[in-house]
Amino acid sequence: MTMLKVSVYRYNPETDSAPYMQDFEIDTKGRDVMVLDVLSMMKEQDNSLAYRRSCREGVCGSDGMNMNGKNGLGCITALSEVVQGDRLVLRPLPGLPVIRDLVVDLSLFYKQYERIKPFLINDQPEPSIERLQSPEDRDKLDGLYECILCACCSTSCPSFWWNPDKFVGPSGLLQAYRFLADSRDTSTRERLSDLDDPFSVFRCRGIMNCVAVCPKGLNPTRAIGHIRDMLLSNAT
Amino acid sequence: MVTNITNFGRSGLSDWLMQRASAVIMLVYVLFMVGYFLSVSDLSYSAWHALFQQTWMRIFTMLTLISVAAHAWIGLWTVSTDYMKATGVRLIFQSFVILALFAFVVWGVQVLWGA
Repeated sequence: MTMLKVSVYRYNPETDSAPYMQDFEIDTKGRDVMVLDVLSMMKEQDNSLAYRRSCREGVCGSDGMNMNGKNGLGCITALSEVVQGDRLVLRPLPGLPVIRDLVVDLSLFYKQYERIKPFLINDQPEPSIERLQSPEDRDKLDGLYECILCACCSTSCPSFWWNPDKFVGPSGLLQAYRFLADSRDTSTRERLSDLDDPFSVFRCRGIMNCVAVCPKGLNPTRAIGHIRDMLLSNAT
Repeated sequence: MVTNITNFGRSGLSDWLMQRASAVIMLVYVLFMVGYFLSVSDLSYSAWHALFQQTWMRIFTMLTLISVAAHAWIGLWTVSTDYMKATGVRLIFQSFVILALFAFVVWGVQVLWGA
């Protein structure tokens, strides 16, 4: 297989009345390159193609997209992981408004992130140097702080598709738990009371799409379970 | 904080707990019924009637019926808020479900204690 048939979602709201799929034939010279490399080869053929990218090594989280039906980061997804036969279908992250081609409007995603107050809140007097944390307490943040906000998980979640304005989504909830679990944070009660409605946390039905797609191998469903446990022990 | 006035218990946590508790009650009832049918060799009207003459059986059945109503309301409310985006349609659906569940519970009381 050297010639790869790539079908990519194209939409420019200024000129197109409706989205359409554009086909490309890409010569990968038999190499197992990353999807992002294929996108840059496509851009050489048609430079009107728009997508986001920055670090190209799975750190910045800019190039989240839907590749052959599964969300992931183009820069760290090798063709051998996603290509079926010689076909690759690229679409924007599902469920969010498309700005152009593979570029989506992440405003609602960020709004939910902002809502969970993603910063330490501590009402105790500031120590002279820093707030200390035991190694055991620090360990509790492993698997939580690594999130790069690429939005692959939240945009693979049907509950987020239907209620992106009310359901925090897996990414935001993973971050919510990151601060609930932090021994230096003193606003646990306020954080929990902001989440105790029928949508913010409880719209999660535990289908674990988020776990299946997370490019960093994180587990938002487990974090949501911990939030539920905290809500339960706080309120019963 | 997201506000809601039509869900079962005003809080997501209470809805979640109620849905799980009612599921356990329904499971116990189903297991009891399966056990009853397996243990009774020739099921007659008089045996069935005698079972439902017992006060504990009536209470157990009523508890299960209320659990079905609560479980169904929480579940269908969730479905309606996911898929019905037009407020009018959603409210009509929710009213219809409430009305039906209410009727089933009252009817259940009549069936259990009426005869």
